[in-house]
Amino acid sequence: MFEICAEPRSLEGLTWLSCYLTTPKHAAMYYSILTVLGLLLAVVPPILFLGFAGALARRSKIAPVRWLGVGYTSIVRGVPDIVFFLFFPIALDQAVEYIRHKIKCADVLEPVYQGNDFVVCQAAKMPLGIADQFYHEAWGFSLAVITFAIVFGAFTANTLHGALNAVPKGQLETARAFGMSERQTFWRVHMPQMWVYALPGLSNLWMILIKATPLLFLLGVKDIVYWAKELGGMKTQVYTYAHPDWRIWYFGALLVFYLFLTWVSQRAFDRIFARASRGLSVAS
Amino acid sequence: MSCSQTLWDYGLRAFGYGERLLPKTDITFCEQVVLIGSGMIWNVYFAVVAIIFGFLFATALAFARVNAGPLLRIPANAFVFVFRGSPLFIQFFFAYELFVQIPRMGFEVDLGFMVLSAHTSWLTKAWLGALIVLFLNTSAYSAEIFTGALRAVPKGDVEAADAFGMNGRTKFRRIVFPTMLRLAWSSYSNEAIFLFHSTALIFFTGFPAWRQQGDGLYYANYFAENTFNPFVSYPIIAVYFILGSLLIVGFFGLVSKRLNKHVADPPKLKFRMGSILAR
Repeated sequence: MFEICAEPRSLEGLTWLSCYLTTPKHAAMYYSILTVLGLLLAVVPPILFLGFAGALARRSKIAPVRWLGVGYTSIVRGVPDIVFFLFFPIALDQAVEYIRHKIKCADVLEPVYQGNDFVVCQAAKMPLGIADQFYHEAWGFSLAVITFAIVFGAFTANTLHGALNAVPKGQLETARAFGMSERQTFWRVHMPQMWVYALPGLSNLWMILIKATPLLFLLGVKDIVYWAKELGGMKTQVYTYAHPDWRIWYFGALLVFYLFLTWVSQRAFDRIFARASRGLSVAS
Repeated sequence: MSCSQTLWDYGLRAFGYGERLLPKTDITFCEQVVLIGSGMIWNVYFAVVAIIFGFLFATALAFARVNAGPLLRIPANAFVFVFRGSPLFIQFFFAYELFVQIPRMGFEVDLGFMVLSAHTSWLTKAWLGALIVLFLNTSAYSAEIFTGALRAVPKGDVEAADAFGMNGRTKFRRIVFPTMLRLAWSSYSNEAIFLFHSTALIFFTGFPAWRQQGDGLYYANYFAENTFNPFVSYPIIAVYFILGSLLIVGFFGLVSKRLNKHVADPPKLKFRMGSILAR
């Protein structure tokens, strides 16, 4: 990157370190921090959507819809999230390829599940075998987003469900006494007040979400855990920058990075709480 | 091969007993249930041992945070901050790398009546290394719950104890500690469930499965990869985890009954898997 870094083997001390930390591979690691932050931002809308859908389903007057809501929230939360992180990517991948196989290769008669193999025709592969590396990574990332959304949507559904129940009944009765319709009551009185009760739960979920992002590594995305393992491992003299096993330092840095992320979030939430609970008598 | 034969062969496979080779071809449903169940013993082991020791350490931490001077309070606060603020996933990786760096050596601890020998290389094995991480992690989360409960112990109760002339130790044993537990119990049961779920992370982080002796999820993942069919093994382990969570709720409900014996209208520990939001 810099001119002095042309001959790394002759460098020493801080110069060596500064050159070492600016190699293209390290740049890729710094870039993967953006992957983590990007994931955090990308998953919030689908999580909130699924959370709302789940919470409303649980309050539905139609029994099967209610069962669906209760089933979704309790199953996802009763099982460790890591099971879902292993299950959903491969299940979704197979589901998509299976459907594409049925549509694109309708003439292939052999079954898709052959003993211990899952065989679809070339045209049904997702993404296509010839596709650019970028598409493979984008597909992996999308699967990760969907998985996070499904798992955390269930948690959110529960929080929102509780918050909707926590709004004082008197508020809703007053709204009805004013002659508001069901819909108006919900959108003008119930929803705006619900947020205050949901905030503590949602902030907690945000923290859990942050701490779940290293699971991206399990989904095959080249995230910071991947790079920490890759770059930290011992490098022999064959490499331009030789060093012993430094993984402990890399993981230590990750630890600090996450501590910083949760600390900043906590401070931001403290402010939001103070703001949101103005004028409302909410305990703590 | 009959299912009872499979149980005999693979029932304790996760601990290195029975058949050495894992099933490769023609994997039956029975084999999946037995092997994943065998691995689940590891999950139960990690959860039970970490919770028992974590409970004790968390109590000490909570008291250090509330009652002790700055010399104990600041380290306790820092400990809780670090372990609650960072992902368990990274903690496992970090701890493993740390334990690998520790020089290999053996210790002999003379207890007078017997000699215990320990070896630092055990730390790199999951049964000890991962257990230590889980123990520290659950201690931090439980300490946070206990701290809140400790601050919520009614002042009147403590003053009444003082008025009765109880000394510090009696006051702690009879008034402060039981009340703290009672207030913390429902949140603490969630922490226990969450910890049980966290045990599934172990063999997917730094700690390698030695001779394919892994936990339930390790085998579930093995089957999913070998059969290319995730729709059998993962639901099996999901059922195991739900059953385990139900057992935990049942046990904590019993303790809750005992803790709230004197309370007129005790809070019910409902089975709401949803309230696992404590973390």
